[in-house]
Amino acid sequence: MNEAWIDALLELLAQRGIPVTPLSWSGPTPTRLISVEADDWGTLAREIKAADGRWVAGFGDWIEPRAARQGSRDGGFGEDRGENLVINACFEKNGAYLLARTAVERTTPLLPSHTPAFAAADRPERHTQDMLGVAFSDHPDARRWTRHQAWKDKDFPLRKNFPAAGQVTGPTAPDDRYRFLAAHGLGVYEIPVGPVHAGIIEPGHFRFQAVGEMVLNLEEHLGYVHKGIEKIAEGRDADGLARLAARVSGDTTVAHGWAACMAMERAAGHEIPTRAHALRALMCERERVANHLGDIGAILNDIAFTFGFYQFGRLREDWTRLSGQSFGHRFMMDRVIPGGVSTGINDAHRSAMLHQITKMRPDIQGLMAIIDDNASVEDRIDTTGYLSPEQAKGFGAIGYVGRASNVDFDVRRDAPYAPYDRLQVNVPVYHYGDVAARIKVRFHEILASFELIEQILASLPDGLIATAWRQPPAGAEGLGMVEGFRGEILTYVRFGEDGRIARFYPRDPSWLTWPALEKLVRDNIVPDFPVCNKSVNGSYSGHDL
Amino acid sequence: MLRILSKIQRIGIITEPMPATDQAVLEQVGQQLRDRVGEQFGGSLAIREVDAGSCNGCELEIHALNNPYYGIERFGVHFVASPRHADMLLVTGPVSRHMEAALRRTYDATPEPKLVIAVGECGANGGEFGVSYASCGAVANVIPVDAVIRGCPPTPLNLMRGILEAVAKRSP
Repeated sequence: MNEAWIDALLELLAQRGIPVTPLSWSGPTPTRLISVEADDWGTLAREIKAADGRWVAGFGDWIEPRAARQGSRDGGFGEDRGENLVINACFEKNGAYLLARTAVERTTPLLPSHTPAFAAADRPERHTQDMLGVAFSDHPDARRWTRHQAWKDKDFPLRKNFPAAGQVTGPTAPDDRYRFLAAHGLGVYEIPVGPVHAGIIEPGHFRFQAVGEMVLNLEEHLGYVHKGIEKIAEGRDADGLARLAARVSGDTTVAHGWAACMAMERAAGHEIPTRAHALRALMCERERVANHLGDIGAILNDIAFTFGFYQFGRLREDWTRLSGQSFGHRFMMDRVIPGGVSTGINDAHRSAMLHQITKMRPDIQGLMAIIDDNASVEDRIDTTGYLSPEQAKGFGAIGYVGRASNVDFDVRRDAPYAPYDRLQVNVPVYHYGDVAARIKVRFHEILASFELIEQILASLPDGLIATAWRQPPAGAEGLGMVEGFRGEILTYVRFGEDGRIARFYPRDPSWLTWPALEKLVRDNIVPDFPVCNKSVNGSYSGHDL
Repeated sequence: MLRILSKIQRIGIITEPMPATDQAVLEQVGQQLRDRVGEQFGGSLAIREVDAGSCNGCELEIHALNNPYYGIERFGVHFVASPRHADMLLVTGPVSRHMEAALRRTYDATPEPKLVIAVGECGANGGEFGVSYASCGAVANVIPVDAVIRGCPPTPLNLMRGILEAVAKRSP
């Protein structure tokens, strides 16, 4: 972690006469926090782009007039203007994060967009537009994103005057008027897919433009599983938020739970026992391995290599069962709680885990050798779904999608949080960007997680697994960053009165990989879409919120 | 190829018998299943899984039904790609309002006789998400439901039991 780029940026902004106010967190969030004027919001993004920074996340918030003044240089928002909207954007470079914020008046919520500088900001800004009613003046795409037909276009669910129950008068109409890009020409045709898909997967809509078997363009239309997570988080206590966070994306229940608890604990300045840190990491690595095993199997199934599907399915089930036996839940759901973890493990579990790794490591290496040597597998995955390193960087892609295209970033190594600050984290990186590379990254991540689990179990601290939660004062806010199996998760939490949640925003890594899928599937044949999609495996639920 | 064959031979068949503790119940259910599936569904039960707003947790466990340990196809149960081929809808929830119309259409596209099972706490009662501007809550709030399999998520074994019981319960 090296903050030099932030200091250089602030110096540059000062030279340009752009006012920047440093702010401080209520607790130990290790992220620099600044506020800028709304007019300078676009300039900020351009300067960070020029400094080779990465756009991580963007989210809006409603804030009391008093607090909003604090976020503004001259405190220029009068009480009589009522509510103000605060917009946050998070950036990263060299493992050092910067959270920038600005405020706009509720009555004229207009802000320069970050999308011209960072493609990654596109959908998050449209989400903010739909949920909070902030317009981004030079955003290249004015279409709605998260909103379908469940609420009206002048209603904004995250505004305080919007009731969580909504104003439902009858069945919600289907969203069949979304304006997709159209292609014209001889032999060009469209394939609409979804929201109900052919497999046992989450719902979303894919619109293909194709000629013959070749995909000319793919456009995603997501938002089908929008469950109002950000809104129904409001007013929950810390335990209630942890339960909700554990269900943002079921396959990432540990990592999302951890990120939310980390944000709450940082907001409250709450220390957790070292044993809890270790157990959280143990569960998170087990979650990573389970997902990689299942997904490698599913990718092989999509190319009709059913041998691989059943073998990896077998390994995933073995792995999941031991998680269940050790932690009392096959996915270890609700085991991360504010203040620590809810379940410990005993020596028998510890030996069983070590034994399982010893047994499974050669098993997986043997399977990968078979896959590597199989010409029909090679034919389907090599060069398929190519995402160039430049494209991956341009989209801000992270996780295994980024790492298969030379984006060498991992929160555990580059912005280490306990207990990874004391562990050796190996991060596999490839540059050839195809389905094969994404499988390769996941295979090596499984081996790296095995090593991490061995390190954790070799020095598992004794002691408590949790400390009693103490609610923080109103206004306390924190940011949590966790490397989930898909990549970096960023979660923001702000507390209101009585230890109740005032704002919760979990940014699943899928926000940054879904756009890459649209690009990497181009010029592939339509029948290769499933394998391309599975190799990226974006979360619908984690994205739609 | 030899390595593949040798691997297959070494691993052997790992599909498990149902656990001994539930043997009596499951044998009874299994017998009924064979009878009912025979009578009502021509010997094979085709399931269309519909994620109507789930966190994807239930889907992972439904997937596991097809892994070699559970091997649900041995009971004549298989998952199909279209509701038009299905005898049963396995619906996870909560039903998001954005999926409400799609779920109704899927239900309408499924030929009679059809069974609907709501899966998971969210499918059963809305779970952590309840009813809101974005969520219709339980599956039964949107389409008629014949049976419910609870759990967050239900384990593969409980899913299997729930499916067998729902079929057995249905009168011809």
